[in-house]
Amino acid sequence: MKNKVGKQTLKFSNVSILSSSSVVGEMEAQGPLTKEFDELYDDQYMGKDSWEKAELFLLERSLDIAIKKANLSKTDIDYYLAGDLLNQNISAGFSARTLGQPFLGIYGACSTSMEGLTIASTLIEGGFGKYAMAAVSSHNATAERQYRYPTEYGGQKPVTAQYTVTGAGAVIVSTVPSNIKVTYATIGKIQDLGIKNPFDMGSAMAPAAADTIAVHMRDTGRQPSDYDLILTGDLASVGYPIVKELLKRDGIILGTEYNDCGLLIYDRERQQVFAGGSGCASCATVTYGYVMNQLSKKKLNKVLIVATGALLSPVSYMQGESVPCIAHAVAIERKEN
Amino acid sequence: MQNSKYKSLSKQLAPKTPILRNCVVAFLVGGLICVFGQFIQNIFLKHFNFTAETVGSPTVAVLIFIAALLTGLGVYDKLGQFAGAGSAVPVTGFANSITSAAMEHRSEGLVLGVGGNMFKLAGSVIVFGVVAAFFIALIKTLWGMF
Amino acid sequence: MGTYWTAFYVGGLICVFGQLMIDVIKLTPAHVMATLVVIGAVLDGLGLYEPLIKYAGAGATVPITSFGNSLVHGAMLEAERNGIVGIITGIFEVTSAGISSAIIFGFLISLIFKPKG
Repeated sequence: MKNKVGKQTLKFSNVSILSSSSVVGEMEAQGPLTKEFDELYDDQYMGKDSWEKAELFLLERSLDIAIKKANLSKTDIDYYLAGDLLNQNISAGFSARTLGQPFLGIYGACSTSMEGLTIASTLIEGGFGKYAMAAVSSHNATAERQYRYPTEYGGQKPVTAQYTVTGAGAVIVSTVPSNIKVTYATIGKIQDLGIKNPFDMGSAMAPAAADTIAVHMRDTGRQPSDYDLILTGDLASVGYPIVKELLKRDGIILGTEYNDCGLLIYDRERQQVFAGGSGCASCATVTYGYVMNQLSKKKLNKVLIVATGALLSPVSYMQGESVPCIAHAVAIERKEN
Repeated sequence: MQNSKYKSLSKQLAPKTPILRNCVVAFLVGGLICVFGQFIQNIFLKHFNFTAETVGSPTVAVLIFIAALLTGLGVYDKLGQFAGAGSAVPVTGFANSITSAAMEHRSEGLVLGVGGNMFKLAGSVIVFGVVAAFFIALIKTLWGMF
Repeated sequence: MGTYWTAFYVGGLICVFGQLMIDVIKLTPAHVMATLVVIGAVLDGLGLYEPLIKYAGAGATVPITSFGNSLVHGAMLEAERNGIVGIITGIFEVTSAGISSAIIFGFLISLIFKPKG
């Protein structure tokens, strides 16, 4: 098993990132990372009839941009992996219909971006294809109306609530060499410490992030300080201190290299986003926009992206179940050829 | 880590709900909505043929119309986030729950979408109100007979 | 039928009670509303809601608790006229305006306006 390190980590020698894309909606366009995204939209409907069609539009735009940036055409993509937050993954499925290439639909809630990148990397490393694309999408209104309340409902959200990012992000990996490589991926295990509140995802997901980060460090023999940046996907202001505390009790200290996509994508002082961003696109747009830009400009060299997901359904929560969560970590590094 | 231990850790590190602020705002907004209702009620009593017994219905209908309109205009959800129970507890909150659900499911068609989902949030109010009223009235009636 | 001041503070207090249910007991808005409706029904059963309406006017008729009160009222009115069967035939008598207008206006608004998110 030459490609497995430790208990849960995959090692890649031959996977390069050729391009990535990020498209976002209104709130994100007004946030601090506005210059890092490929396309911005100030209308949550994107000119479409329904929220769902708007989300699909964003996902399809992210695919088109990623393919164009890599100087490829649609038919070059050997495998397309995608997922979203909606029932039966409709955004992913319909985008695959438009793309027309071999498709694997995946679901990891908000951890889907790194789940997709991990599987895409294994297909490339294993020599099963030349180009694999992984993408995710989420939309504030589609998530609200499915998991919580109608968007015009006057129910008061608590301070622990998060704001689902409206956006989509895609990445293309290949055997064709580039300076930015996927080096490791740690596949997480479900963690459930009994949190039942669907308005407090940060508390629910923090244990999963802590577990995967700890396993990753042990498996690779690395420390947090080996990375220029460690980002969790959407723990936001509630989960951020919890994951630091949990890892501290495990002997792992997260220092200034640690931050969270849900905290980076919005300005919590200025924008009413409660604890911060969430959704598949939280991790995806920040990683494929901001982080990839920094890697290209050599401002960052070694990053660890830990996408976190809460695997509840509206039914499970109403039936009194707690929220099982998962986190997947992918290490992305600059390697001069 | 055990669940109970984690629960106390997460509670310890969690942001605190501004309970006092929420109660003060709920009091003020809820009170003002009732004052407005009182104003409407007085108009109906003075200028129309309603009595103290019958004025409740038109008053409530007017408030419901205004709340439905504010929901349609996209204003009520902002009021709700600000005022919490201050806008949810008055009958305007009931109207908002029905109207917002109807609007949200419009994309699924009028029959299955709007018609089938309108009572998603308000249904329990009606169900529990009716069931409770049934038992209370039954008890009172049987009590009165013996 | 109440004054502006009594309407203000009684209505406000009922809302504070609801807010405490949300923030302290951590109930969802739907649970809070259902609970308040039942409380309103119980208070009318005990003969306490009508005096409250006399005192606070809209402060008692506007909160959702009055819905529970009206349901019991309708049932009792019909029961007095027509015996036990009246409980079932009369429940919606008084609340008809509230439910009908909510349905009608809710439906019409959904035809005219799109949610803004």
